[in-house]
Amino acid sequence: MNPLLSVTGLTKSYGAVEVLKGIDFDVAPGEKIALIGPSGSGKSTCLRCLNFLEKPSAGEVRLDGERIGVRHDRPMNDRQLAPQRAEMGMVFQLFNLWPHLSVTENVAIAARKVRGLPAKEARELALEMLAKVHMTHRADASPLELSGGQQQRVAIARALAQKPKLMLFDEPTSALDPELVHEVLKVMEELALEGRTMIIVTHEIAFARDIADRVLFLDGGRIVEEGPARELILTPREPRTQAFLRQIRH
Amino acid sequence: MSALSTFTLILEGLLAGAGITIAVTLASLLLSVSLGFLLALVRQFAKSPMLHALIDAYCEVMRNIPALTHLFILYFGLASLGLRLSSITAAILGLGLIGGAVTCDLFRAGFAALPKGQREAALAVGLTPLQAISDILTPQAMRIALPSLGNYAVQLLKDTSIVSAIAAPEIMFYARSMVTSSFQTTLIYTTVAVLYLAISLPLMQAIRMLEARYGRVKT
Ligand SMILES: Nc1ncnc2c1ncn2[C@@H]1O[C@H](COP(=O)(O)OP(=O)(O)OP(=O)(O)O)[C@@H](O)[C@H]1O
Ligand SMILES: [Mg+2]
Repeated sequence: MNPLLSVTGLTKSYGAVEVLKGIDFDVAPGEKIALIGPSGSGKSTCLRCLNFLEKPSAGEVRLDGERIGVRHDRPMNDRQLAPQRAEMGMVFQLFNLWPHLSVTENVAIAARKVRGLPAKEARELALEMLAKVHMTHRADASPLELSGGQQQRVAIARALAQKPKLMLFDEPTSALDPELVHEVLKVMEELALEGRTMIIVTHEIAFARDIADRVLFLDGGRIVEEGPARELILTPREPRTQAFLRQIRH
Repeated sequence: MSALSTFTLILEGLLAGAGITIAVTLASLLLSVSLGFLLALVRQFAKSPMLHALIDAYCEVMRNIPALTHLFILYFGLASLGLRLSSITAAILGLGLIGGAVTCDLFRAGFAALPKGQREAALAVGLTPLQAISDILTPQAMRIALPSLGNYAVQLLKDTSIVSAIAAPEIMFYARSMVTSSFQTTLIYTTVAVLYLAISLPLMQAIRMLEARYGRVKT
């Protein structure tokens, strides 16, 4: 089967500092990938290079065969990138909901503005997506009235409303109070069971082990080790992976 | 003449100016807010360093020269070059152009206060940069800027008193000419003060209502 996402030779430098040093991986349709690694290893940068919120310094990202961010050998600007970004849903560590819009509007706005749905249909779609994350009861609330866990679930609904081919999660639970982590992981698990394609940056190792098909361990801007989730997490081969997992467990 | 009829005469004279005061305030407020918003947008989102430098220079010039000097240039200076503006036009233009620099800063502060993630989330869902500005960033920046814009509006109302210097027939203009003919200095200027209050208090009230409606995010 052709990969849904294919990343080759991805490099990113900030000035003289090379943060990503050549990342290669493919994601099959429906596959769940967990991206783990120490702080500063480049996980967020890697994820943000996929939808070009960061512009890679070199390398290629292809979604369904289509080259992201480059057309006719020329880099695309943010306006040209908009339709490609709409194909990938992104969930941020700090939720980034828009506080001047209601919960429903947060979820509906892209459907209206990007896909041109009429307001009524966009609202219906939004309510449908809110149901998936069990947030229908707060549809008319302001994001500011919600707990962190609720905000993150709304942010997931917002990304789902894009009808994306791929979902990107950047540490979706690490800004949450411990007692709120579970409700977000549960929603993500439900999405995984629907067969969605997901790339998840996470420190929740048990979650990665149970949900992901494959784990990539990133360190110093390189994929140091990758493999089936259970295998890599229970019996890592590389000393750096072993050290990282030991440290995160205790 | 009775004290009451003297007062009535004074009030009538000043009210004639009050209309102009209000008109000049509103017109220059409209001009300065539109200009300031436009400048702030370009300064904040356009990528041209050339445009940035131009806007910064404009704001510096406007801020660092007394308002009266601007008015004299517009009114007397342009007239000597053959471009004769009415005193009211010069007043609106002068206060509006200066105000553009002031409100530009207020709007920019509003945009700058927004977390980076707001724009990123907008781009991530597939909005274009322009849609991100119009639908996500501007409404929030406006809310943040609203209280300081309100203070600016009241300041502007008070500043219209200087345009009497180019003979725009507003409250202070009438007050001064009545003082020279009637010598009722205390009564006239006290009435002026009350009149300004009578305009600024409803203005403040209107701004408070706007703030209550849009300024604070509802909870
Ligand atoms: N805009 C930037 N400018 C300069 N350096 C940056 C920038 N963004 C990230 N970096 C650097 O790139 C490296 C990788 O950062 P990144 O945020 O991708 O790490 P991470 O693996 O997501 O870490 P964490 O677990 O703390 O989120 C870090 O050393 C960071 O300081
Ligand atoms: Mg990170």
